[in-house]
Amino acid sequence: MQTFFLAVGLILLVNAFVCLFRAIAGPTLPDRIVAVNIVGTKTTVILVLIAYIFAQHMYIDTAFVYALLNFVVTVAVARYLETGGLPSA
Amino acid sequence: MLDVVINTLVIIFACNGIFFFLVGTLGLVRLPDVYTRLHAGTKCDTLGAGSILFALAIYERFSINGLKMIVLAFLVMVMSSTTGHAISHAAYKVGIMPWRKKVSSAFPGEESENVTES
Repeated sequence: MQTFFLAVGLILLVNAFVCLFRAIAGPTLPDRIVAVNIVGTKTTVILVLIAYIFAQHMYIDTAFVYALLNFVVTVAVARYLETGGLPSA
Repeated sequence: MLDVVINTLVIIFACNGIFFFLVGTLGLVRLPDVYTRLHAGTKCDTLGAGSILFALAIYERFSINGLKMIVLAFLVMVMSSTTGHAISHAAYKVGIMPWRKKVSSAFPGEESENVTES
């Protein structure tokens, strides 16, 4: 099963690199935010798969931290795009 | 016997997740607008990541690490919906209009009068 998880991780890695095309060539800023958000989700899944490929269960907690960080970054950038700075209230 | 059933379920759910990730990537690259790309990306997040994490929870046989997988899948689903709403709201406030299909003519080779009207 570890070989299967390795294959799933490699497929997701190729997918993440294809998503980087939209992050580089996106015409507007929200396109880039969407692409970076999807790459972050794929990174979360790949981190969980790494925990099973190398039998290091510490990486599951790393995936938790990465998912929460991805959420905070995306909401902060969207908020910055909407208000143009820090919210006054 | 139980190992065979569990491995089959894991492979089925993981292949389902890979399929949804591929569809999400295809939509992100090919679709014409921020909102449609967001639609594809949110499907990719909820169904793809949720399915692969559920497959790993089955592989772990719902032990403590399997329950961590379930919690992580729930978190990814909730956060994906929230970020989708935030990004689309911000994009609409910035002034990006939703994409409309440009119909130059109803019949190819002829000029339509509706173009100048719309």
